[in-house]
Amino acid sequence: MAEHDPNPSQGWTAAGYVPPVIAAGLFLTFLQALPTIAGGGTLRYSFSWIPSLSVDLSFFVDGLSLTFALLISGIGVMVMLFSGSYLKGHPQHGRFSLYLVSFMLAMLGLVLSDNMLGLFVFWELTTITSYLLIGFSHTSENSRRSALQALFVTGFGGLAMLAGFLIIAGIAGTMELSELRGMGDILRDNSMYGAILVLILLGAFTKSAQVPFHFWLPNAMAAPTPVSAYLHSATMVKGGVYLLARMHPTLSGTDAWLWSLTIFGAVTAVFASIMAIKQTDLKQTLAYTTLMALGTLVMFLASPNAYAITAVATFLVVHSLYKAALFLVIGCVDHATGTRDARRLGGLMRQMPVTTVAAGLAALSMAGVPPFIGFIGKELLYKGGLESPSVGPILIGATLAASALMFAAGGIVALRPFWGSADKMPDPGRPITEAPWPMLVGPVLLSVLGLLFGLVPHMLEVNVTTPLVAALLGDPAKAKHLHLWAGVNAALILSLITFAIGILLYLLHTRLRDALEAAGDRLFTFDGLWDGFLARLGRFARWQGGLIQSGILNRYLTTVFIVIALGLASAMIHTRMSTGPIAIPTPEFKHLVVFLLTFAGTALTIITNSRISAIAGLGVVGIGVALIFILFSAPDVAITQLLVEMLVVVLFSVAALRLPVLPRRTGKRERIGHGIIAVSVGSLVTLTLLGVVSEPIDRRLSDFFEIASYPDAYGRNIVNVILVDFRAFDTFGEVSVVAVAALAALALLRQRGKGGRS
Amino acid sequence: MKSIILTTGTRIIVSLLLVFSVYMLLRGHNEPGGGFIGGLIGASGFVLYAIANGTSEARRALRAAPEQIAAVGLGVAAISGLIPGLFGNAAYTGKWLFLGATPDSKGFPISNIIAFDIGVYLVVLGAILTLVFALEEEI
Amino acid sequence: METLLSLTVGVLVAAAVYLMLQRDLLRFLFGLTLISNAANLLIFTSGQLTSGRPPLVPQGAKAPLPGVANALPQALVLTAVVIGFGLFAFSLVLTLRAYTDLGTLKTDDMRVAEPREEEQDA
Repeated sequence: MAEHDPNPSQGWTAAGYVPPVIAAGLFLTFLQALPTIAGGGTLRYSFSWIPSLSVDLSFFVDGLSLTFALLISGIGVMVMLFSGSYLKGHPQHGRFSLYLVSFMLAMLGLVLSDNMLGLFVFWELTTITSYLLIGFSHTSENSRRSALQALFVTGFGGLAMLAGFLIIAGIAGTMELSELRGMGDILRDNSMYGAILVLILLGAFTKSAQVPFHFWLPNAMAAPTPVSAYLHSATMVKGGVYLLARMHPTLSGTDAWLWSLTIFGAVTAVFASIMAIKQTDLKQTLAYTTLMALGTLVMFLASPNAYAITAVATFLVVHSLYKAALFLVIGCVDHATGTRDARRLGGLMRQMPVTTVAAGLAALSMAGVPPFIGFIGKELLYKGGLESPSVGPILIGATLAASALMFAAGGIVALRPFWGSADKMPDPGRPITEAPWPMLVGPVLLSVLGLLFGLVPHMLEVNVTTPLVAALLGDPAKAKHLHLWAGVNAALILSLITFAIGILLYLLHTRLRDALEAAGDRLFTFDGLWDGFLARLGRFARWQGGLIQSGILNRYLTTVFIVIALGLASAMIHTRMSTGPIAIPTPEFKHLVVFLLTFAGTALTIITNSRISAIAGLGVVGIGVALIFILFSAPDVAITQLLVEMLVVVLFSVAALRLPVLPRRTGKRERIGHGIIAVSVGSLVTLTLLGVVSEPIDRRLSDFFEIASYPDAYGRNIVNVILVDFRAFDTFGEVSVVAVAALAALALLRQRGKGGRS
Repeated sequence: MKSIILTTGTRIIVSLLLVFSVYMLLRGHNEPGGGFIGGLIGASGFVLYAIANGTSEARRALRAAPEQIAAVGLGVAAISGLIPGLFGNAAYTGKWLFLGATPDSKGFPISNIIAFDIGVYLVVLGAILTLVFALEEEI
Repeated sequence: METLLSLTVGVLVAAAVYLMLQRDLLRFLFGLTLISNAANLLIFTSGQLTSGRPPLVPQGAKAPLPGVANALPQALVLTAVVIGFGLFAFSLVLTLRAYTDLGTLKTDDMRVAEPREEEQDA
């Protein structure tokens, strides 16, 4: 992992200090909005973006988006400081910083967008930046695979979400999320509600890695540790939770919402609890506890109960603080020792005291021990479960499993590496020391905040949870208070049970891990399913590629012409086009001659097996067409056509010297087939043209050109005035095409001897 | 295929064609003609010359490389389109200057439109000659 | 007159399609030339036909005489003719190049980009 230069004397480059400065600036900016939002206000900024589609780039700040924005920019400062040190001297440090800052801006756009299309665009931007960051070590095949997997899964969900947004916009008549808040009843009563819900949930569940779309998240740990801390625990994966919270006022309150969120969230939380025990890589353990937290958040968003929503608000912040801190701690440990294996690490307390303290504080918050904020979060979760009807038992059960496990995981991550025995420690080849200060600031500050908020929960309540609950439930008065001590109640008893199970789990975890390991080999994995799916997709693509892309020009052309014929025919039938009475004129003699000439040239070109005759036939056709232009008052076109026709014949004749003689025509049966296609396309074109000329023509443009040509453009030749004045820009494009065609041909001719016979 | 009659004849015909092509170019705004037609006629002249005397002779007579002529033409057309920008107009707005205009005669017209047509002329001439010369040399 | 011209366009298109389906690149080029002509005629015809009145403003007048030919399709067709020539010339050079490199003009044998399945596996 640590493929960077450990030499701390090397100065910080722009790639190191610019990102945290940007993040800090943004954080301070958002902090200024806090009093307004905490006072119950909202802010909205709007810029015209695509006025023709009435799409605006609009931003909306309320309790929900501001909480997210503060987390994103605040944790961003810490993570970017950390990575400035972590990646110092890495040859691609600049690239990394660019990706990370891009991600931060995209994520901020996601949570601040008021327009649904804007949200979608930022959503996909986070997917893309996440792809780039997971695949940052692009020489590793595992990184590339994980990056692509995350891209596919979350990208697919994003598209589903877009479809859902478009249906919503069609029903509600607005793209602005702030306007949708009051339209819940219209959407819930609509017959499309089911489709909307499924599509939105697909978006949220893929982004927030709910079972069965969870498998990309543990794989995403292939990214450098600061990325895991930032994207895949604190911010991006909460995008799905954000979406659900944002849609809560508009879509929640139905049984479908209640049960789908509860079940998916609960399954994810419990499944992740079991999987977390199984891991030996500390980063993987943390990844699964993140899954567990995401499941918990989704599960509690199901209920409209005020306790549940307050619990979501609190737990959201709590989790981001301790999880980012723990990931960064793992980063420090990895940086110092070169391993993240839980079975080998131990006894680091003496060499890394500061890291130990940070890890301990964060883990205590994760374990939900008083007086940390994690305790308050857990109490609220239990309270929310107790207060929720019907789904209450599921909520409590899943929370119990998840919390007990978080307790155990806290021990695995923070206790053993620092206090356990150092017997199996690998030798990193250099003295194990504390990480440099920029790497320590984040874990220390974030874990201390967990304690601070626990001691003074009022601070968090006023500024974060109450405005957030108000954004979801529409009334700040509904928000519940955050207490460390709420008396002896059911929630407290549940907490005590949690601790008991947690301690048990921690003591047994090595044995459990081995048992799960043994059992796990026999179970299928979602990862394996994914690989199977990709392999089948590849086979299918190959099969249909062979079918459609036969590589035979003739088949392509046949298809194209048949489609043209069918298209013309269906258009004619669809518009009930009539050609009107076809006047059979008595053609003038000169006209007849011209047409006979053209037909004769065409016939000669088709029939002959001699190149020269065919070229002559083409020349005759060209001259016939030129004569038609002359007959019908188009002198400029006629002159051009004549000159071009002459050049065509010259070029053909020159080239014919080098080209082989024409082969005999193809077999009789095939010729009949080709003839049928040719005649049907030709006759359909004729019919279409007859239909077109029987309609009256719109001459507005031509009339304008005629009137304006001399007075405005001082030209008497209207055709030329159109070309060089009225539509000069078009003409410029056209002459560019001619010039490019000539240059390309020149390049082709000059490039000699690349394989083949030349 | 060297033939004295053809070689001598083409010299006269080519000069005539070139003069004619410029004439077609300049009268294009008021009579049938213009940059496209003028360029095609000019190119035909040189193609004829190349057939009679060989491409190396024709290249020498042309002096500049045909692809350069095309590029210059493209540049002239682009710049003439941008000139109105100096006067605060949209690109490709026609701008006219009538030198020595009196109430009876409109004088000698100068315009970016004419420059644009000359650009078109050069592109067509250059592009076609690029193609024909390269093709003939390849054979 | 439109009837006769529509018929001509149809005949040119049919001939072009037939030639393009012939599995031979040179015949394909013939077809390309014919279909360019057909397309130009089609645009020209659909913009109304007028005999003997070219779209010019007579000396001393400010506007053309009423009933002159429609100038717009003429302008479109004029550039289309020149562009069509560019396309034709490029295709011709490409054909020539393909022949020098591959030694054939039979489209069925030109499979460098999309080789046959068995060649792909080998």
